[in-house]
Amino acid sequence: MTDRERRGAKLGVGERRAAVAGLGVLAWLVALLWIFPFAWTVFTSFKTEQDAAAQTLHQGLSFGRYSDVSHSTSGTLSLQSAFTNSLVVVVVSTLIVLALALPAAYALAIRPVHRWRDVLFFFISTKFLPIVASIFPIYVYAEKWNLIGTRTVLIILYIAINLPLAIWMTRSFFMEVPRELIEAAEIDGTSLFNQLRSVILPITAPGIAATALLCVIFAWNEYFYALQLNFANASTMPQWVTTNVSTRGNFLAKLSAASIIACLAVVLAGWAAQKRMIRGLSMGALK
Amino acid sequence: MTAAAAAATRTKGTARDPFSSAWRRRLPLLPALLYVVAITQLPFLVSIYYSFTNLKDKTQSLIPEPTRYVGFANYRQIFSDPFFRQAIWTSVKMTVLAVLLSLIIGTLFAILLDRKFLGQGVIRTLLITPFLLMPVVAALIWKQQMFSSLFGVLNKALNFLGFNSVAFISDHPLGSIVTVLVWQWTPFMMLIVLAGLQSQPAEILEAANVDGATPFGIFRQLTFPHLRRYLELGALLGSIYIVQAFDAIDVMTAGGPGSTNVPYYVYQESIGGGFRYGAASAYAIVVVVFSIIIATFALRVLSSLFREEARA
Repeated sequence: MTDRERRGAKLGVGERRAAVAGLGVLAWLVALLWIFPFAWTVFTSFKTEQDAAAQTLHQGLSFGRYSDVSHSTSGTLSLQSAFTNSLVVVVVSTLIVLALALPAAYALAIRPVHRWRDVLFFFISTKFLPIVASIFPIYVYAEKWNLIGTRTVLIILYIAINLPLAIWMTRSFFMEVPRELIEAAEIDGTSLFNQLRSVILPITAPGIAATALLCVIFAWNEYFYALQLNFANASTMPQWVTTNVSTRGNFLAKLSAASIIACLAVVLAGWAAQKRMIRGLSMGALK
Repeated sequence: MTAAAAAATRTKGTARDPFSSAWRRRLPLLPALLYVVAITQLPFLVSIYYSFTNLKDKTQSLIPEPTRYVGFANYRQIFSDPFFRQAIWTSVKMTVLAVLLSLIIGTLFAILLDRKFLGQGVIRTLLITPFLLMPVVAALIWKQQMFSSLFGVLNKALNFLGFNSVAFISDHPLGSIVTVLVWQWTPFMMLIVLAGLQSQPAEILEAANVDGATPFGIFRQLTFPHLRRYLELGALLGSIYIVQAFDAIDVMTAGGPGSTNVPYYVYQESIGGGFRYGAASAYAIVVVVFSIIIATFALRVLSSLFREEARA
């Protein structure tokens, strides 16, 4: 297993210019159509409630709904507390995932354990286990240990959700570290921690950043556990968005603004890291 | 061999003591392995135990009933439960429709994007956006903005064109949920297929072109066989997530008629209101058996890709 060079440098296969331009235009149309529901939501978030409800634009656009939803205390949950809860849960769980995944990936890629392939497939097989298969014991014990409605229980579960993915992904980045560098460090008697820090991490930093990002996205967007185990004090952003649906009066513009607030950071980060995301999404099978 | 000698051989990098060397390799792996076993495997074993009891939530029942062993009663009940059969059927329809449609549309998008044109990067960025959205937000966007009979954009458009309004979510709950799933998962399929298209060896395509093969012929005889593996991977990974769809159902119909899939049904029977953990665990175990069947296929595809990578 050596590094491999596989640049899909596609050469022009002699297509005619007009056809190429036509397909380019088609791609643009399709993309604009696909993004339309989201673009419309962005647009609506700047409208007044009356304009949003009637799908008109008489009263101009403003950031008014954004400040409405950030200061509203209509529900029991404020943006500040949901945001803080999400941030703490996401950051802490992602850091612990990396702390567990990096040594594990080392033991699966660089100095592989006996039967490393089985271990790797064991990790991924846990992703196939439906949530309902384990939620009841978790719920019963969380209740017993007074963890319902805490950030702790979400951190514990989000680590379990993201760890298999992170191990597969970091392993595939570790495989690309040149052998000679590691052998040199081993001959020098460098400890595992120092090998990770001074040899492996500098080379794989972009890949590890992409891994962390994917963990952040999954944890930030998670709704089921957050709803079931966390309905009271430690609610996260997805629940906060749903509190902006109202049965009284118009809410569409405020809901749109809340949706954008909840998604903006993840969307921007995903855009920035799109080229590396494919490896994580395919469990490291694709580059 | 003395400890000192063992240490000496280790520092030379030629560990001969198989035991200490093996454990030194295993040590960095253990924390992650133990964690995953503790949080995913142990609860599953407890679930199996629950499925043979009449366990109910203590805080939810007025007269606490002692938990006792009920044998296969919960499992017998499953096979006489028409709602569960309906939920299985809904799960199958929802997963197959959403996976197939997103795979087909995603492949078409990938083919469109697999060439240089003005703004190619921008288009790809725009197209992946729905996948990055919170599933809850995606479902709310469609429910409140697109499908709504009160303010919905789609009904405004239909009226403008002279058609009557359609009550999308109440008349077509499954179709509405599948629409949201397809909207979110098409970009995922597109990225996987695009990776497949771009990993085709350029020389072979060029040679085929020089030999006068038509673009369609090249696609059918070279590109498609190459893509098959990627399509399988996309379908299987997509199925893992889509079969467990919860957020979109909860937001759009809250499990209304025709839209309750198996995970949602198990949820309703347990922490979603029924609080019969024993019975619900039996349902969950049945779900796991089905998942294991699907997962076996999925892992086979994954490991064949994996061997290919190892060979390369």
